[in-house]
Order: sequence, then structure tokens, then C-alpha cells
Amino acid sequence: MASAHSETSALTGTDAPTGTEPARQGPWGNAALKILVAGGFGVGKTTLVGAVSEIRPLRTEEQLSELGRPVDDTHGVEAKRTTTVAMDFGRIDLRPGLALYLFGTPGQDRFWFVWDELARGSLGAVVLADTRRLADCFPSVDFFERRGIPFVVAVNCFEGTEVHAPQDVRAALDLDPQVPVLLCDARSREDGKELLIRLVEHAADRVRAARG
Amino acid sequence: MSEPMSTEDAATEPVPDLFAPRTPVDDRWFDDDAGPVVRLFSMTGGRARPADDGLFDLISLVTAVAGAEQEATEHPLAPEHHAILALCRDEPLSVAELGSYTDLPVSVVRVLLGDLNDARLVDVTRPVQLAQLPDERLLRDVINGLRAL
Repeated sequence: MASAHSETSALTGTDAPTGTEPARQGPWGNAALKILVAGGFGVGKTTLVGAVSEIRPLRTEEQLSELGRPVDDTHGVEAKRTTTVAMDFGRIDLRPGLALYLFGTPGQDRFWFVWDELARGSLGAVVLADTRRLADCFPSVDFFERRGIPFVVAVNCFEGTEVHAPQDVRAALDLDPQVPVLLCDARSREDGKELLIRLVEHAADRVRAARG
Repeated sequence: MSEPMSTEDAATEPVPDLFAPRTPVDDRWFDDDAGPVVRLFSMTGGRARPADDGLFDLISLVTAVAGAEQEATEHPLAPEHHAILALCRDEPLSVAELGSYTDLPVSVVRVLLGDLNDARLVDVTRPVQLAQLPDERLLRDVINGLRAL
């Protein structure tokens, strides 16, 4: 459908590179961006989403037929089944007309195809880590590294756990030196804000580096 | 013209005993508990996808056009269509939010939104398309917005 009413691009059209055309209403029009919150089960993804969101975390469900979907690991998943994937998400209104959505990624392994959809067009990702189960975040780190999506690693400092230095976590995860590693309390709004700021700064650094 | 997916039709459906017990409306559906998927397909007239599949990203923003709820009476729409229009009357809501607030799977919301879009009852804004190198002004805008929270 080509009529003008049905669709207004937030920025420059659907496939055009950004930043070359003037925006239509205000600096960015009515625009939405997304950041993913990834990590192992029970690491605090939804807690973090809730801590920084202005709405209580919402849950949305996607019904997917896995037939023909590129699934890395189909163990335990029968062919031709329809699966319901639940995603928790929140919203931050950065200013009128600019909304930031935070999506907690659904469980790892079974739902890589959902990750692909979620990751498309995302600003970046926060990978939450628990030092007691650091290996749980390996798949997330790997996912974002492979796709060139900017991410930060945030160590959720659960009460009663030994605090590890960020450099130890960086070494254990074999991260690039540019990838920020931070300690946080996923329940803290201030910590959540700081994580997101560092992530977007990291994304901006990468843009500058790529442009030379 | 009456709506083909009206409650009247639903009432004449045989009770799906095979899938009993029926789940309350506010139940979350996970995996096998999703049960009678048929009901969702009947809501969308059997359609799995809207005409323009790419338009309704999870964070595409949907706003009801002015007077949409009055105009909507001229179209054969289901209660779910009206619920969506009411939700996005005052402020733009993302497809994901509409799914959450209507308690419908996103795939169903997309089909319903396709109907509303075809009837010119909603405006849809696709998300900002981030190229390999996002615009630095946009990133700065986001950082400033986060700092101001």
C-alpha cells in the first residue's frame, strides 16, 4: 500500500541510510528505538527492565511456527509446532516523540529466531551476568559479537555473592577491550540508567571509530 | 453488513471438549497450554499475516486517526479492532504494547492492525531504521534523554 496515510517513516524511509535527509516532524519525528536486555535465566533481565521503565514491565506473546525458521539448536523442539514465546518489555519516554523500548530476550537456545527479529534495528544490548553462573551469558555475548551489535556486560551484584572486579569478568568472557563491563544492581533505577548511557556512548564511540 | 467473526458465530461453534478445561481470558498461554489456537485464527479470519508484513514491527508506533472510533462503525470490525483503536486514541502505542494490553499474541495484533490500516483508521510509524552506522545526533539525543530521567 503506497498511500501516504498508511505509513510515515520516522526518519529517512525504511531502507535508506540514516542521517542524510531532514526529519519530517521535530528532530526525529515520532520515533521508537529498542535496546535488548539479554543474559541467562534468572539473572535479572525483567528486574532491570522494570527498574528503568516508566511503565510496569509488560509481557507480550508471539506465536511462532518453527517450521522453516533458522533455529540453531532444535533439540527438544518438534518440527511443525507452534510455540508461544513470551517477551517482557518496558518503555522509557526520552522526550515527547522519542520512545525507547527495552526488551528482555526470551530464554536462550530455543528461541534464536526470536532474537534475530528482536535484534534487527536495535540500538544495542545489555548482557546481564551473574558471576556464579558466568557461562550462562556466553551465548548472549557470542550472539551480539557475531552480529556486530554494540553491547555492554553488566554484572548483577546479587546480595551475598562475592564481588568480582570487572577486569576479571572481562578476561573470563574474553571480551574485546572496548566492550564496557560494569557492576550493577539490576533493581536500581540509577544503575540501569547508567548502563543504558554507557551502552549508547559505546555505540557512539563505535560509529566515530568506523568513520575515522 | 454483519461481522463474520461475531460472537454469534463463536457461539455456534461446537464446544471444544478436547481442549477442556477452557482457560480464563486473563490466563497466560505458554507452550501446550496455548490449547485452542483455532480461536485466534478465527479472530483473524484465518489469516496468519497482514498484507504488508514489514509494517508492523514490534516497536512500530500506531495511532488512531482523528475520529477513528466513529468512522469504525462503517467497517465490519471485531470487538478486538475497536479495543485497539480505543487504546491508541490518545497516544501512539507500539505493536508490542497493543499485544500486551489486549492480551493477544502479537501475530494476531498484526493482522488486526492490517485491517485497521486498510480501512485508514490508524497511522503507523515504522521504527527508526538504524543503519550500520547510526546517526550520532540521534545517539546524543538518546543519551541526553536518559540523563534527564
